Amino acid sequence: MPASVATQRATPAALAATGLTKRYGERVALREVSFAAAAGELVAVIGPNGAGKTTLLSILAGIQRPDAGEVTRPPRETGWVPQQPAVYSKLSVAENLRLFARLEKVADPEAVVARMLEQTALRERADDELGTLSGGNRQRVNIAIGLLAEPPVLLLDEPSASLDPRQRARLWEFVGAQAQRGTAVIFSTHDVQEAERYADRVLVLADGELLFAGTAAELAAAVGGGDAAGPRDFETAFVQFLRERGH
Amino acid sequence: MRWLLLKDLRILRRSPLLVALLVIYPIAIALLIGFALSRGPDKPTIALVDEIPRAQRSFSVAGSTLNAGEYLPALLRSVNVVRAATRADAERLVRDGKVLGAVVLPPDITQRLATGTEQPTIEVLYNGADAVKQRYVDSVIRARMAEANVALSRRFQQATVGYLNLLLNGGTLNLLGRSVDILGLKNAHAIVAGALAALPPDSPLRTSLGQVADFGRLAIDNLGVSKDVLRSVGQPLVVRQTIVGGRRTPLDTFAAAVAVTVSLMFLTLLLAAGLLALEREEHAFSRLVRGLVSRVGLLVEKIGLAALCAFAVTLLMLLALGGFFIALDWGRLPQWLLALAFGAVAFAALGVALGALAREVRAASLLAFLLSLPIAFLALVPSGAVASGLYDVVRAVSAIFPFRATLQALDAGLDGGGGLAAALAHLAALAVAYTALARLAVGRRFA
Repeated sequence: MPASVATQRATPAALAATGLTKRYGERVALREVSFAAAAGELVAVIGPNGAGKTTLLSILAGIQRPDAGEVTRPPRETGWVPQQPAVYSKLSVAENLRLFARLEKVADPEAVVARMLEQTALRERADDELGTLSGGNRQRVNIAIGLLAEPPVLLLDEPSASLDPRQRARLWEFVGAQAQRGTAVIFSTHDVQEAERYADRVLVLADGELLFAGTAAELAAAVGGGDAAGPRDFETAFVQFLRERGH
Repeated sequence: MRWLLLKDLRILRRSPLLVALLVIYPIAIALLIGFALSRGPDKPTIALVDEIPRAQRSFSVAGSTLNAGEYLPALLRSVNVVRAATRADAERLVRDGKVLGAVVLPPDITQRLATGTEQPTIEVLYNGADAVKQRYVDSVIRARMAEANVALSRRFQQATVGYLNLLLNGGTLNLLGRSVDILGLKNAHAIVAGALAALPPDSPLRTSLGQVADFGRLAIDNLGVSKDVLRSVGQPLVVRQTIVGGRRTPLDTFAAAVAVTVSLMFLTLLLAAGLLALEREEHAFSRLVRGLVSRVGLLVEKIGLAALCAFAVTLLMLLALGGFFIALDWGRLPQWLLALAFGAVAFAALGVALGALAREVRAASLLAFLLSLPIAFLALVPSGAVASGLYDVVRAVSAIFPFRATLQALDAGLDGGGGLAAALAHLAALAVAYTALARLAVGRRFA
């Protein structure tokens, strides 16, 4: 599949990227990457280290500008959840939510805070300082802040990194609920099995090129010609896929 | 921006160690400077051996009676005195380190002074264990000796002028308990002139008496100016001070200005650098600048908060110094406020530049400390203390940091005189330049 080919779905795109290119000096971090994500769709961006996953998400979030290409939705209309919880450890859960709700200029900050406390199941910990919370709970607050303005698109950069399995399960339960409400969720991850399990579609990046866009099953089928002797699990299929394409 | 300000204030309130540092540091500096200004240096302890016999404490100089005890207070001012009975006792005290030095007044001091021609010698014993104190004692004793010499010289001068007046105008001289009438040059000249007028025109004495009369006139004229000559000999050099540059700021006020500027620098730099670096350390920077607040807006908020906090704390410090230790000109309050405000903003701009470059709170704090001390030190180097070329370099380096300009502004604000407007303009330019540098540093790679 050519690097710039995107899978178009029948449903209208919540976000579409076209020909995104980013260079750091001589090094090309992204090469004409194009794709689209539909409302309610969970899209995983996977690839080896240095593939360009974080660069792609930070361009979609408006933190970096691409050297070429464009994104249909402006940054203000996307929710951004960076890899490290971007919250203030000296403020309480509620204070963090309230601060960002006010900065987002939501109509009724207190109502939104109450709703997010409910959704994150952190009402009991509302007055606790973030510094006293576990990594999983901090990540939930981090994601909740990204959802304060009820954006149609949510961008998560490796959200499950540094979480234990139980915390991961709760995280994906929470993210899945957001997708069911119609939010398009685009996340990067190193854990390809997590991508297989939770994503509707995967984007495979390597050396800044988009090598694949489709379902996990389609990726597995693409490896080894799709015969019965092909790899038994998705991770093996993914590694073989990269190897076959010289990565 | 209001919500960010409130957030930062809340975080500061929940950081008791930082707030304690913000409050305690300037208070400690103010107290140290205040006590240093109000107490002055400790007096060194000196042993005194007074070997002058009781009967010889008073002595006569040209008919005037002087007392040695009259001059001891001047000699011993600025030192604590321990009386020693003998020179050996004094030497032991000095050797044991119980006193820093000893002054020995010899028994013949008054006899020699009474001659008016012989110079008595005062012996000074030093303890060389502490070179700094030894030098201090040496300078103190030399200064006091000079004062005593001047006082004695003045008395000798007065006595001599009295003699000259007697010689010139005549009168009564008390000598060894007897009164002796002195004719005086003016009276003698009048008698000679009268005798000369009474002589016949062809008298052979006329030529000789005429010579005596001419000498008398010459002596009267020259002795008439002798008092001024004596005054010049007694004090050949008179010092007149003229300040050609800078201001007449009293030392204590200048010291207070230095203390306030140092506190302002530390507080503002640490606070501004830390507040900005904290945004990155908490990973919140990228979230904030993607539409919630602009990068410049974020920098302005940090500069404003740091400047406001440091301004309030250092103003309290200045008021405390003014209330207890130094005299402040309250009529110049607007000028102090301007100087403090501009200094705070310039330091805060430098602080956010450091925070943006360092990117981490600890590194930013360390950088602020490392930078603060040399720039304060350089700004306080006086002209003439180093070679002129080096001083130009020092002045150029000092000009690119806000310390010197803040000190100048505060000094001008406290004491009046010119230079305030130029210093404020300098600080404003530095604030703009450092904000621009910080903006460059918080580019897209900062997040």
